[in-house]
Amino acid sequence: MAEGIKDKVVILGMGCSKFGERWESSPSDLMVEAFEECIADAGIEKDQIDAAWFGAGIDSFNVGASAMPLSIALRLNYIPVTKVENMCATGTEAFRGAVYAVASGACDIALALGVEKLKDTGYGGLPQRSRGVENDMYWPNLSAPGAFAQLAAGYQAKHKLNKQDLKRAMAHVSVKSHANGAKNPKAHLQREITEEQAMNAPFIAEPIGLFDCCGVSDGSACAIVTTPEIAKRLGKENLVSVKALQLAVSNGTEASHKSWDGSYLKTTRIASQRAYNEAGVKNPKQEITMTEVHDCFSITELVTMEDLQLSKEGGAIKDILDGTFDADGSNPCQIDGGLKCFGHPIGASGLRMIYENYLQFQGRAGARQLPDPKLGLNHNLGGFPHQNICSISIIGPYG
Amino acid sequence: MIGITAYGAYYPRGRLSKKAIADANAWFDAGLNAHAKGERAFCNWDEDTITMGIEAAQNCLSSLPNSELSTLYLASTTFPFLDRQNSVLVSEALNLDSGVRTMDIAASQRVATSALIALLEAGHSKPGLLIASEHRKTKAGSRSEMLWGDGAAAVTVGSDGVLAEFICAETAAVDFVDHYRGEDSSFDYDWEERWIRDEGFMKIVPSVIESLLSKASVKACDIAHFVIPTDQARTPAALAKKLGIPVEAIVDNGVSTLGVAGAAQPLLLLANALEKACPGELILVTGFGQGCDAILLRATQEVSNYRPIRGFSGAAGHRREETNYNKFMSFNNLVERDIGKRGEADKQTYLSGYNRRKDLLTGFIGGKCTKCGTVQIPREKYCVNPDCHALDSQDDYPFSAQKGTVKTWTADRLTFDWNPPAYFGMVQFDNGAKLMMDFTEVEEGGIDSGSKVSFHFRIKQFDTQRGFRKYFWKAVIS
Repeated sequence: MAEGIKDKVVILGMGCSKFGERWESSPSDLMVEAFEECIADAGIEKDQIDAAWFGAGIDSFNVGASAMPLSIALRLNYIPVTKVENMCATGTEAFRGAVYAVASGACDIALALGVEKLKDTGYGGLPQRSRGVENDMYWPNLSAPGAFAQLAAGYQAKHKLNKQDLKRAMAHVSVKSHANGAKNPKAHLQREITEEQAMNAPFIAEPIGLFDCCGVSDGSACAIVTTPEIAKRLGKENLVSVKALQLAVSNGTEASHKSWDGSYLKTTRIASQRAYNEAGVKNPKQEITMTEVHDCFSITELVTMEDLQLSKEGGAIKDILDGTFDADGSNPCQIDGGLKCFGHPIGASGLRMIYENYLQFQGRAGARQLPDPKLGLNHNLGGFPHQNICSISIIGPYG
Repeated sequence: MIGITAYGAYYPRGRLSKKAIADANAWFDAGLNAHAKGERAFCNWDEDTITMGIEAAQNCLSSLPNSELSTLYLASTTFPFLDRQNSVLVSEALNLDSGVRTMDIAASQRVATSALIALLEAGHSKPGLLIASEHRKTKAGSRSEMLWGDGAAAVTVGSDGVLAEFICAETAAVDFVDHYRGEDSSFDYDWEERWIRDEGFMKIVPSVIESLLSKASVKACDIAHFVIPTDQARTPAALAKKLGIPVEAIVDNGVSTLGVAGAAQPLLLLANALEKACPGELILVTGFGQGCDAILLRATQEVSNYRPIRGFSGAAGHRREETNYNKFMSFNNLVERDIGKRGEADKQTYLSGYNRRKDLLTGFIGGKCTKCGTVQIPREKYCVNPDCHALDSQDDYPFSAQKGTVKTWTADRLTFDWNPPAYFGMVQFDNGAKLMMDFTEVEEGGIDSGSKVSFHFRIKQFDTQRGFRKYFWKAVIS
């Protein structure tokens, strides 16, 4: 069995742009904003970067194809740059490329950067786009909230829930994230809301209402990674390392085989268990002290708590309403506001999650600093409940 | 013995209240108030001549499960495609053999009776299927908007299990231009109603019927069911009286309940007559348009035992009232709607890709693994069963007649749909397969996990830029 990635790679520096409706900023502007913070944090020169991985989710409304937009925006010195795309899990995919390159010994220092410019479409929500020549002919013309609303229907049917009980727990998920986002100056949405507001907002895709949806944002985030040895040589202290990096990709079973009932994310269960094994986590509820999960919609976060084994099956509603995942709960989730309020520039989101871990472990999270974070888990999901890509990274203090 | 061996009918579920038409338009033409009682059948946005024709044919063929057909004729004046044989698409959606002889027959209100005569006189060794389907566009506030409806019917002609025996037929071809629709027009142009009655119906029809009855040595007073398709309220009775046919024999044109379905009307009324006919009764079917066809049939003993899955009365009774006139206008593309930027997305159909997946898209064909027995859709190279994954192991497996259950669903108000919200979700088929698919004709509060569904061929999308429309199967709550 493979050794895994644990403690082989550390984060040298990270950066993240302000997320939001950045009408004034081009994708290049956003990339430079994140990168300048990152390279200053890393304390190296641009020419010390051996290779880069560039994540951008939607070609048609963003930077266009290939790795060139990153190389041009940052004026990189003709180094190898690889473009990656794995839907909303793109940011973690870029990170994975850079981390694996360093771990392999092929690179000493590598860059991962994700960017998305979603607000050039002229309308709200994610851009309308093709799902491929053949899929477009028979797939429903589903929006992202429409796809994730299926999860609510599946969860409700499986656990024989009252609609309102599920909706209230979904509302609490959003209220908590808004409270956290209000303490984050880089967050897209920085306003607190009430459960009643969330419950009473108009439906986007039943039972998902306006406040069950994450922000559709412009933004960029990046990381520079290296080996622990090089980081120490560069004089870095309080090193933050990668404990696990896993990916599970649907193979069509959920979409076409009766074994999946639509009430959970099969990929999350598989990828998180692999990640726990890789990081040596035996009891996630005890050992994982913070989570950044892919709360594209409140129902996704609710279900994910069970898929990550932080709630028992069918127990997420009670745990959520008990405040388990609130900032002052036993397992704070989305302490930076999450996709819900920090925002969701697709290609950047996975890196934004890791950025929050990194700040928390370095004690640099400002008003939202957690008292004693030990291990952070990041859950980055691309696609739809019935077929998707799930990335899990576990990050923590080195050693 | 040759004759009708099966029949089926279909009306779209939507029934537009005629009061809604009058409320919107009587300011311009107060005469519309005279017709403002009852309702008319109209297509959902995703229905057309092809989809209705398939529904009627499925209804008809449900009583002939294993019958091999010789022919499929599709009669209409409202084909979605002018050069792409519509009947071939219908044939493939019905999963008929490619050796079935298909033909589109068009351009007259008596197209269905002319095609029926051709089938009755052809003497094919295997049954022939005739479908008539009509979806006419009408101008806002017109008399035709009030009096017409959309619908389809189908019959099979053969020699086994004859429900109504063919006695004889008669035709007069007369270029009497009561109305016409030129190649560049979406709408009919017609002449004065009284002139059509006096110089058209009353002069052309009687001589054809008299000649027919004489040939058959049948007295007019013995006709039990008289099919005379028209939107003119008094003309059938005037004709019956003139010919000596009992007025009670007239099969109601349903002007105030369903609307007159143009080229499909003769077969719809024939289906209605066959549903009511007793053994031995005579049925006279006429079609009027550039002359007149008349067909004489005699109901057999079999007619009493015949029960299609829905039948004429089932189709006529399957209804949902619509009082929103604007919705009718929008569904018929009679008003330029702001469909939003999401509606602007390119709907190009890549024909080579379409052709590759035609079995799925048109035939709703999935696969059944010969190694593990798992039924699945869409069919891919490897079996979907996680414990199997056999390569190239699947036989064709048709899904169109399957039943299923809603596993998950939503009403999506963000995505573009011609009738928002868009309902879609995961369907669990009774055969074990699963598919994320569109639901159509869902009423608010009428769907939940566990709802039972059946599957129907519908329009998936319009490519207005290129004049194409693509079809796929959708789930309808049973």
